[in-house]
Amino acid sequence: MSLLEARSISKSFRGLKAVANASLEVPQGGIVALIGPNGAGKTTCFNMIAGVFAPDSGEILFGGKRIDGLRPDQICVAGIGRTFQIVKPFAGLSVLDNVIVGAFNRTKHLSEASRSASDILDRLGLGPKRDLPASSLTLPDRKRLEVARALATRPTLLLLDEVMAGLRPTECDLMVEVFRELNAKDGLTILLIEHVMRAVMALARHIVVLHHGEIIARGTPQEVVRDPAVLECYLGEETEV
Amino acid sequence: MNSRARILLSVLGVVLVLLPAFAGNYVISVATLILYFAFVGQAWNVMMGFAGQLSLGHSLYVGVGAYVSAAMFVNLGIAPWAGLWVAILVCMALGAAIGFLAFRFGISGVYFALLTIAFAEFTRIGFDHIEWTGGSGGLFLKVAQREQMDLLNFRGPPAMYYYAILALAAGALAICAWLLKSRAGYYWQAIRENEEAAQALGINTFRYKMIAVLISSAMTAVSGVFFAFYYNNLFPEQIFHISRSIEIILGPIIGGIGTLFGPILGAFVLTVLADSITEVLAYFGVEVPGIKQVFYGVVLLMVVMFLPHGIWPTLARKLGVTKS
Repeated sequence: MSLLEARSISKSFRGLKAVANASLEVPQGGIVALIGPNGAGKTTCFNMIAGVFAPDSGEILFGGKRIDGLRPDQICVAGIGRTFQIVKPFAGLSVLDNVIVGAFNRTKHLSEASRSASDILDRLGLGPKRDLPASSLTLPDRKRLEVARALATRPTLLLLDEVMAGLRPTECDLMVEVFRELNAKDGLTILLIEHVMRAVMALARHIVVLHHGEIIARGTPQEVVRDPAVLECYLGEETEV
Repeated sequence: MNSRARILLSVLGVVLVLLPAFAGNYVISVATLILYFAFVGQAWNVMMGFAGQLSLGHSLYVGVGAYVSAAMFVNLGIAPWAGLWVAILVCMALGAAIGFLAFRFGISGVYFALLTIAFAEFTRIGFDHIEWTGGSGGLFLKVAQREQMDLLNFRGPPAMYYYAILALAAGALAICAWLLKSRAGYYWQAIRENEEAAQALGINTFRYKMIAVLISSAMTAVSGVFFAFYYNNLFPEQIFHISRSIEIILGPIIGGIGTLFGPILGAFVLTVLADSITEVLAYFGVEVPGIKQVFYGVVLLMVVMFLPHGIWPTLARKLGVTKS
């Protein structure tokens, strides 16, 4: 059974169709990547799933229940954690306190929230920086903090919005390893938007390609990278020289 | 809190408790004023410092709290201990109305601040016309027999008022310290730093902003009750005036917004220095009208320019009472 199912969702902004009749499924325990050129509507899709705005039409089911139209906090409580493409750290708080805020989603007690936040920071390699103010972190660390905060809410589905952007290849591989482990050991289901193909190819078992708000291809990574429609939207149409 | 901070806080507590034993009435009245501003500054800080919601109309809660308890006392003979609860409930209802209007319809930042000013202003104008509370002519409590202690009606010597406001300020400090370490405290700070990210982490931002407003308005209502029974006269023109709201927020801003000791330190610095300047000038036979306000302006300017986070964070580091 699929954990997340979006059935022909659409969203327009003042007549501009950002997403049109897009359907996608994320199976329980799966890792699905949503790719596409800039402006394809990937983040709009994410925002509809995460409750930032409701789809104009279509429906979104999570664990069999409709979640379209719910507020972002209700969706987080339901078990969907998300990161932001443009990172939004709580700049004035320490790294640890940032993650504790997320951990409070599943507990009322500071000691428990603090413990689970520390564990997550260690897992993401941010342990030594826990007492620094979040404002002092570098961009790669801020991306990691986004992930740590989302993980602290203990989601069953994690939405990652370009967390690899700006990371060096070695850092990227480390992140991939973390997500693989979370997926294999903790059974975390992941839906990611990503431009870094190195990460997409290493992580995703299934890829959905979005172009001009419409889904133009879907399949395994190997299938998708050979799909003429995908090549066309990324590289342009093949012409005789 | 480290051991050094504990020692300093204990020493401060002992000095404050023993103060009436060796200080004269003048010092007690200045100390009462400092603690009053520390208390109401703490209340405002819950909303702005913790949850990031700027209120420029806190005189509303001071005034309504004062008027409700005083009018019940003067007109109906109801003791302030009962009137206090009515005052708290009325102020919380007002806070809830303002909060609901603002947060339900997405009014934030400067626009929220304008809304709080508007409520304070039209309440001021409203009270000018309410006969039951004396209208613009004011409401007067019978001046206390300063020698006799009448705890039931909260009339008594200056030391009684001093201990009452000391207990309130200490209680507010304890409550705020506890709140900051609670889930609500973390959620407020998250909302203050980035509301969108806070919501994505499962925080019902509407609910937590409302809680901050309710706690803040309830605490400020208590300060209003104290104000009424300490000063004995209330005029809408004075108590609801925007300058009163500004006076409330100067302490926390100068001391350090969002910190626990900022409101206390700010109240101390402003009151003591402003009083000293007036005294010194009076000694030289100079009387400058409005010198206090000029002084407030200068201090605010200096703090904003050189210590934008307030005096307390810097002082705390110098005293060695914080981690970093």
